Amino acid sequence: MPISHIMASGLTGMRAAGDLVARMQFSKNMRINEAKDYVAKKLGVQALDLSDEYVMRDIREELDIGVLTSVPGCAKGIASKMNIEKLLDIDINCCDKFRDITG
Amino acid sequence: MANEYFLRMGDGERISMTREQIIADLQEGTADAADLGNIPELSGDEIDKLADIIMDPNRIVSVEPGMEIPVTHDIGTLRIDGDQGNSGVGIPSSRLVGCMMHERGFGADTMELGHIDYSFKPVKPVIAQEQQAMEVCQENMTIPLLYGAMPNLGLYYTPDGPFENPGDLLKAFKINEARESIEHAGDHATRDMTWIMQHLQKVGCDGVNFDTIGAAGDGDFYASLYSIKALREEFPNIYIEAGMAGECTLGMHGELEFEGKALAGLWPHEQAPLAEEAGANVFGPVCNTNTSKSSAWNLARAVTFTKATVETSNIPCHVDMGMGVGGIPMFETPPIDAVTRASKAMVEIAGVDGI
Repeated sequence: MPISHIMASGLTGMRAAGDLVARMQFSKNMRINEAKDYVAKKLGVQALDLSDEYVMRDIREELDIGVLTSVPGCAKGIASKMNIEKLLDIDINCCDKFRDITG
Repeated sequence: MANEYFLRMGDGERISMTREQIIADLQEGTADAADLGNIPELSGDEIDKLADIIMDPNRIVSVEPGMEIPVTHDIGTLRIDGDQGNSGVGIPSSRLVGCMMHERGFGADTMELGHIDYSFKPVKPVIAQEQQAMEVCQENMTIPLLYGAMPNLGLYYTPDGPFENPGDLLKAFKINEARESIEHAGDHATRDMTWIMQHLQKVGCDGVNFDTIGAAGDGDFYASLYSIKALREEFPNIYIEAGMAGECTLGMHGELEFEGKALAGLWPHEQAPLAEEAGANVFGPVCNTNTSKSSAWNLARAVTFTKATVETSNIPCHVDMGMGVGGIPMFETPPIDAVTRASKAMVEIAGVDGI
């Protein structure tokens, strides 16, 4: 059933920019249009492009913020989130912990 | 003979109705919500739009381009490796695999890790295991990953917990004793939920989804709000999602308050400001499905309540749309036609920030 919602209304996560919009809602309490405008501005795209796989695929690889298919050498996991922190000007808890542990 | 259109009953059965019958059910559904919640009914244009969504000839409908929203999740990976009782499909897989399947295969915008016994109280004895699972998932994933569980105050009452069951006490007309039991259970639940999330935040968790808040009534809501408040004070950047269990907070205690505001009898648009005040980032309103009514009736009612909530809330609203809530039929595998229609209606008419 969640897949039905995602196909009907979802931003589709890492296929596009859904995870980034969600982070702005959770980290800064942004409502949907505000969160989309913020992320779109940071990415240098229109808000309409945030759900467009064609636009987002190259951008995600260029910015190394995690791509959907497993590309060897591309940032994954905490590495991708550290790049997302810099892109969106936010702190992500697991990245803070990683920095604490690795000095 | 008038054209008839396929839709569903609240239990998922396929039926057909004429346009006039659909409009009548939509009007009755929105009127019901407006009467209960003392909120505006949907306008004529909104009713017409809702009717068009329902009468669309395609099996699957979707939002217009540019209107997409994030979809957050509950029950975590239990829908993959869980049993029927957990709405699961029983595919043996680790929780990391389940999380990454959602991230890479299902298009999830956020994900959730949860315990097989999906309440907070059972997590305490196995907290190290949950911390370990969270660490491994955070190391491998990109999308936000919350820890989810149900406050489930019922686990604190006999026979499962230490406090006498208020239902039994109420039956014996021991009102004061029942209230005391709920208060004690609430305080313990606040302590436990806060303790659990303190341990998970230490290992890099993004935040928490309080799932089905209020399932055991106003005591459950009370415990959750005070835990949210404590967590926000200790962790200013924690992600907190507060998802409700039902549309109206049952007054099992009747006199519990949060910061001077009574909790019993609150509707979604009245619950949202309290979640915000406590420190939640995202609120999940609920509207219960009536299985004896059509999906038109149920959806109009749910959209009316949700629209009012979106308007009163200052934080994002991710409407709860699982089986039996948010206009979705009460059925294990809700029909795709009904789910997508409800999804589109909530985004384009209620104006939700997420699902």
